[in-house]
Amino acid sequence: MLDRRDAVAAMLRVREDALIVTGLGSPTWDVAAIADSPLNFYLWGAMGSAAMIGLGLALAQPSRRVVVITGDGELLMGLGSLATIGAERPSNLSIVVIDNERYGETGMQTSHTARGVDLAGVAAAAGFASATTVSTAQELDASLPAIYSSGGPALVVVKVAVNQPPLRVPLRDGTHIKNRFREALLGPGAFV
Amino acid sequence: MSVEPQSVWSQYIYQALKDAEIGQVAYVPDAGHKDLIARCHADAAMRTVSLTTEEEGIALVAGAWLGGMRGVVLMQSSGVGNCINMLSLVEECRFPLLMIVTMRGEWGETNPWQVSMGQTTAAVLAVSGVIVQRVEESHDLGPAVAAGAQMAFVSNRPVALLIAQRLVGAKKFE
Repeated sequence: MLDRRDAVAAMLRVREDALIVTGLGSPTWDVAAIADSPLNFYLWGAMGSAAMIGLGLALAQPSRRVVVITGDGELLMGLGSLATIGAERPSNLSIVVIDNERYGETGMQTSHTARGVDLAGVAAAAGFASATTVSTAQELDASLPAIYSSGGPALVVVKVAVNQPPLRVPLRDGTHIKNRFREALLGPGAFV
Repeated sequence: MSVEPQSVWSQYIYQALKDAEIGQVAYVPDAGHKDLIARCHADAAMRTVSLTTEEEGIALVAGAWLGGMRGVVLMQSSGVGNCINMLSLVEECRFPLLMIVTMRGEWGETNPWQVSMGQTTAAVLAVSGVIVQRVEESHDLGPAVAAGAQMAFVSNRPVALLIAQRLVGAKKFE
């Protein structure tokens, strides 16, 4: 079983110029703690939105890779978005689910993935170009091309151990997070 | 009271969306938006995305704006209730938002199940921080979409245009 911070760090080391959207809770804490960047859009709320924000961004920026890093509970709340993404088939969008089979912010209650729900299976059935589940460092390494370069949409479920690494509170103000992202991506034209 | 058919007034909305350089159109299928949805799908310059539920559209157009593109969300009044928590994303981040909502549950409604959400649509939007503008006459649609888009995308505010059921026409179950 992977440690969540090790897994996210392994992914971020090779992000290059990918645009990243993080789902609320631990995925936001992980990404911000490991490698903050203006090209990270951190969610602290709007549970269930991360995949669809990724879709809108991927369609607006077809020459850039968009990677959504979210949790199992967050994606389960927007499960229909997998059907929408499967129907649209954006080749530059990847979704990485950091799956601890728990709701980490609310007391570590088990999620549906602890009871057999297979998110990669759902994505495959929805028409994703690739959908896999990984649980070792080697398997995660082998999935990096699917995350960053192969034709998408891709979904990778990363099974991780149940733990809560130290919280380093990232940027909190949503308007600032949005404006920082747009300025880094679009330049001064972001505010015309 | 004008009595233009949807095939005519949908063109006013479509043209105003073109003039506002809308690049993504998100919708849940709706009879009141039938002609507009078909026009948008036929336009290669608009990415027109069918949703499973309306709140997906709020998130989609937020992502579009992060990437420098303008979007619009089309729905009927029953879908507004699905969007409530997702509107917190718009409020907290000051994302622009343009929603075009066809009203049910008001003028001449014959499906009682539509009345509850139809009667609360404007209030729900208002308390969620959305600027609500009603359109009663088809000749006002073009100017209303243009003004709504300007306020949304230049002033970074959420705007919902509610198209009155009297204009759309009440669906009959006979």
